[in-house]
Amino acid sequence: MRTDFTKPAPPSDDKRWKIIGATMRRHGNQTDALIETLHTVQETFGYLDEQAFQFISATLRIPLSQIYGVATFYHFFNMKPRGEHTCVICMGTACYIKGAPAILEAIESEYGVKPGETSKDGKVSVLTARCIGACGLAPAVVFDGEIAGGVTPEDAVKRIGRWKK
Amino acid sequence: MTTEELLHLAQEEKENQEKHECCIRVCTAAGCLSAQSNLILDALKEEVKKQGLEEKCLVKSVGCMGPCCAGPVVYIEPDRVMYAQVQPSDVPEIVQSLGKTPVERLNYSMQTPFFTSQRKIVLENCGLIDPENIHDYILADGYGALLHVLTQSSPPEVIDEVVRSGLRGRGGAGYPTGLKWSTVAKAHEEKKYVVCNADEGDPGAFMDRSILESDPHRVLEGMTIAAYAAGASHGFVYVRAEYPLAIKRLQIAIKQAERNGFLGNKICGTPFNFDIEVRLGAGAFVCGEETALIASIEGKRGMPRPRPPYPAQEGVWGYPTLINNVETYANVAPIIRNGADWFTEIGTEKSKGTKVFALAGRVQNTGLIEVEMGTSLRKIVYDIGGGIPGEAEYKAVQTGGPSGGCIPKEHLDTPVDYESLTQLGSIMGSGGMIVMDGRSCMVDVAKFFMDFCVSESCGKCVPCRVGTAQMYDLLHKITCGKATTDDLDLLETLCDLVKNTSLCGLGQTAPNPVISTLRYFRGEYENHINSRHCEAGVCKIKQAAEVKP
Repeated sequence: MRTDFTKPAPPSDDKRWKIIGATMRRHGNQTDALIETLHTVQETFGYLDEQAFQFISATLRIPLSQIYGVATFYHFFNMKPRGEHTCVICMGTACYIKGAPAILEAIESEYGVKPGETSKDGKVSVLTARCIGACGLAPAVVFDGEIAGGVTPEDAVKRIGRWKK
Repeated sequence: MTTEELLHLAQEEKENQEKHECCIRVCTAAGCLSAQSNLILDALKEEVKKQGLEEKCLVKSVGCMGPCCAGPVVYIEPDRVMYAQVQPSDVPEIVQSLGKTPVERLNYSMQTPFFTSQRKIVLENCGLIDPENIHDYILADGYGALLHVLTQSSPPEVIDEVVRSGLRGRGGAGYPTGLKWSTVAKAHEEKKYVVCNADEGDPGAFMDRSILESDPHRVLEGMTIAAYAAGASHGFVYVRAEYPLAIKRLQIAIKQAERNGFLGNKICGTPFNFDIEVRLGAGAFVCGEETALIASIEGKRGMPRPRPPYPAQEGVWGYPTLINNVETYANVAPIIRNGADWFTEIGTEKSKGTKVFALAGRVQNTGLIEVEMGTSLRKIVYDIGGGIPGEAEYKAVQTGGPSGGCIPKEHLDTPVDYESLTQLGSIMGSGGMIVMDGRSCMVDVAKFFMDFCVSESCGKCVPCRVGTAQMYDLLHKITCGKATTDDLDLLETLCDLVKNTSLCGLGQTAPNPVISTLRYFRGEYENHINSRHCEAGVCKIKQAAEVKP
């Protein structure tokens, strides 16, 4: 067993790596800190990349392949940078039967952005969620972290239009 | 903390609140918050200050009061008035009317069946107490059950009480809670864990989110009692990362409980130690399955494994682990407080107590409700839910999410409990209840759920990974009008196969939406196939005339 473990250096002197390091330390640099750490990386940097994986792999001593496996297994993690704004359309059952598909169609026909994509100017990312638990307000859309209820396709197109300006 | 100290704290809080003549409660759970109830809360505080009523009037942020469709909701005590869809501009008028005639145009009557037909046990504090204030919870008899258990009962006595209450798992399967507890208690291991499953993945369900946002201490209290009974010293709450507010309030509650000696070492001055850690899910539906959840807590891909060994024998890191749902834990404190006999009087013969449902879809009153087990679907949809809005007619109610089924009109009078719903080909599930009317095509709904299962299948076992994809393709073919009757037979064979050969609950129940819609709405499937017609007009089928011969 390897005992000469020295703390790996962060990938760059970006201060944000300290936050990532702190999360891992809080969990005693144990392997079960992986998911929590990935959450912290995504929160701080907005997405996950190989640099982060290397750092986590060295600190928690988990093979890179395993980290990649976990990061791709969970839908919450994304490995591409997001646009300036995000628009998450809930596709839960209640939202679905109350017209969420029409919202998606309207956004796609207006701006040419499909779910999971970012507009060419990098302004808006359109995403779908399995259910955000706001079923009482269906159809619900999350605009930059703010839940809006009873959204019509026109509303959604208008709100995104404001970001595009 | 001793009983006297607890009572003293409650008394202090009571005096503190009684100083105020009236109390304005503003819902700040996710539903109302999305309608900007935080602005209303701030505006009310300011207005009260402006009118010099600070001494007389307490403005309080509370959890979910139920009618999510009417948000932001404000409730005024002792006037007993509820205001719905309050705008910041209404605030001065509301404050002026305190103790006088209520503002008529905002008044939301509480004498409707939506309120009078419910029976609240799990949600009794929701909408009454401030979820971020432990003293408010203590005033509402909070932590009394824990203190009672720690000082006056032995672990077997606690388990006996839960067994006698007949409480069953509220996560959906309905396994007897007491039995689960005693299995873990009997295991002889140095370490044991208690886990709260708050990975509410069912689309269309928001009970757990609302409970955690409105009354987090109750869940912590239930977990601590469970840990004492089972002999565990460490606990996890596995909660969806999609619920930021629930996570925040849960973390605040854990800190407050630690500070007040309800969690940590030597709880309430007894030798019992227990701490709770929050673990975030990351958007995988399969992690609601207990063995997958354990893998996820350990930092791995959330993939289930065959059982036995059950988590009660080998769970987190191989140690015996007790896993219950949020609502199950929320039932524990009232059972201990009022006794098992009280609980057994509520509900039906085999399903005791109440059930919280998230009522949504094509129904007048959407929101969070709690009813006694055995309440008929008709009462839930038409009395509490207020029926279907507009001209449309009721078609089906979907329970149990992607593992459940659709229940048609002719079974509306069925009393809701675990057994009756299973008989109808659906399941109780965690409590999502989606009402559908004529505008929903049942084949499309089945396809929607299958699409969900395809993307949420973890890929470990073949029947689920391949079977769900094949079933989705067949359903897609039907909705496009390209299927034959042979395809329908094949679909039925596949349903049977996937159901019987999948590894975990996800695969075993994935065909349920198809099976139940086939059972009650077979005509719709046949219409799609034979006459290329979708009654609801949802599926865009090219008519024969449009297709060149």
